[in-house]
Amino acid sequence: MKCDNCDKDATVHEVTIKAGAKVEKHLCEQCARQAGMAVQSHTPITQLLTKYITTQAQGPAAQAAGAAIACPACSTTYAQFRSTGLLGCPDCYTAMEAQLGPILQRAHDGATHHVGKTPHRTTLAPAAPPDQGASPPPARDDLIARIQTLRKQLAEAVAAEQYERAAMLRDELARAEGGKPDAPPLPPNPPSRRAKEGP
Amino acid sequence: MSDPTPSSFSAASVRRGAEWLRGLGADADVVVSSRVRIARNLVGFPFLTRASRQQRQQILDLTRTRLLNCGLAEQMLWVDVHTAPQLDRTLMVERHLISKEHAKPSASGAAATPEKAAPAPAADLPRGVAVSLPDERLSVMVNEEDHLRIQVLRSGFELVRAFEQADDADTRIESAPGPAPLAYAFSPRFGYLTACPTNVGTGIRVSVMLHLPALKMIGEMDKVRRATRDMSLAVRGYYGEGSEAAGDFYQISNQTTLGKPERVILHEFEHEIIPKIIDYERKARTLLLNKRRRLIEDTVFRALGVLRNARLLTPEESFSLLSQVRLGIHAGLISDASDQAVNQLILLTQPAHLQRVLNREMDQAQRREARADLVRERLSA
Repeated sequence: MKCDNCDKDATVHEVTIKAGAKVEKHLCEQCARQAGMAVQSHTPITQLLTKYITTQAQGPAAQAAGAAIACPACSTTYAQFRSTGLLGCPDCYTAMEAQLGPILQRAHDGATHHVGKTPHRTTLAPAAPPDQGASPPPARDDLIARIQTLRKQLAEAVAAEQYERAAMLRDELARAEGGKPDAPPLPPNPPSRRAKEGP
Repeated sequence: MSDPTPSSFSAASVRRGAEWLRGLGADADVVVSSRVRIARNLVGFPFLTRASRQQRQQILDLTRTRLLNCGLAEQMLWVDVHTAPQLDRTLMVERHLISKEHAKPSASGAAATPEKAAPAPAADLPRGVAVSLPDERLSVMVNEEDHLRIQVLRSGFELVRAFEQADDADTRIESAPGPAPLAYAFSPRFGYLTACPTNVGTGIRVSVMLHLPALKMIGEMDKVRRATRDMSLAVRGYYGEGSEAAGDFYQISNQTTLGKPERVILHEFEHEIIPKIIDYERKARTLLLNKRRRLIEDTVFRALGVLRNARLLTPEESFSLLSQVRLGIHAGLISDASDQAVNQLILLTQPAHLQRVLNREMDQAQRREARADLVRERLSA
């Protein structure tokens, strides 16, 4: 669709009802700015993320408390992450888990846990020195195997769109990971929802 | 592997163009290429924002031999990007083998540790790329935003194949023998850990490059943009992040990487999202041919006329005209120019390629002349 005023593509659309009559305006970004309409340009993902982060810590108290949190391994602070959108090291995810959880949930369509491929050498415990190999103690081996099986089953259930089974598996997985056994069930993220919204 | 590892592109491979721009594969009238990228980081190192020069070098040393010896392809090319001439770096950006950030002097993350940069401010930070030869389908960037960025790029709508190759490469790199076992940074809750949390989880980014000139001509691109945005997808230009859509080429990619297995992400793309857009573009082409034939004929033949006669061409102009000729060929209007020649020219008319093909350094003004000459020669009836 072309802009009402010039030959560019219209990207800002306004519909107003005046005395029962519908008035539509379709303008390009430049003309919309000139007309004094609020323009939201396409925002890169890092900016979106920064916005999520900023809105996350709304109150000044919460902001101050969160901003001071630093990763013990690399000393990156939450405030630094907020300004760059980048974390300092893998341990930052643990150090800032409470802050990152909700941000990730919003950035990833409500998802809170990973589903999918897992590495060969899962280091659930703090990283072992590389020269000793990365084989964890046997009890952990069982747990890892169980977690991997659950993950696989969960992935299959999601792929087959069996969401009830997926929800059960996900809760079981959360318990196995020693996370939150009483975590409230999350809204499933069915891919089929998207089909209705296609162009 | 007994063959010595090459460290630059041969003149012949530069002239041949890139496999992903060959116009092959499924639905090649609309889908130019399919790409799958996987982000991985190593345990025991900080992300690159916090990595010292020495740590970057260690990551490079640890991964380089693995990448070259774990059977990723019959032959691999390795480039130390930090010591490569700028022209070679730009050439790889044009071939979509590395990102613009990876090519820039002192790439991503360098600014985060200014005190570390003080002793050697002029030296570029250690980073590299491994590329499969001769097809260049697989490339692995080392020390970009993440320690490893594994990418497979294929011509046409070939997402599953691209995914399978990238996934296989990921597994091979992880299990390859080396001086010390290589472990990926992973958390049971968040999955594969990445420097930017927008990539965490699977670390996978699936994208397709679409050629949508008809939707643009009938003014429907905004609808596509809105619909894709509602589906949490990103629409970018020919060069990815931060680039505008040039020549009506658009890259569409997933934004969410957490909470869905790789196959589901892929399935949504393969069966739900992209086929709809392909169908939409084809309908727009039919509509133009049936209802506004003069307009589409005028556009494509005018473009061909300019390309066959111009004596000076800027990259933007040639790109946009080649896009229109590509539409003319696929719409069955132009029969005396080949899709392959047009696809090849899209790449060869770009600054670094032009200079490599003609084997001389040129300034902007000289490139305009050379570009017009090359296009005339390749598109002559």
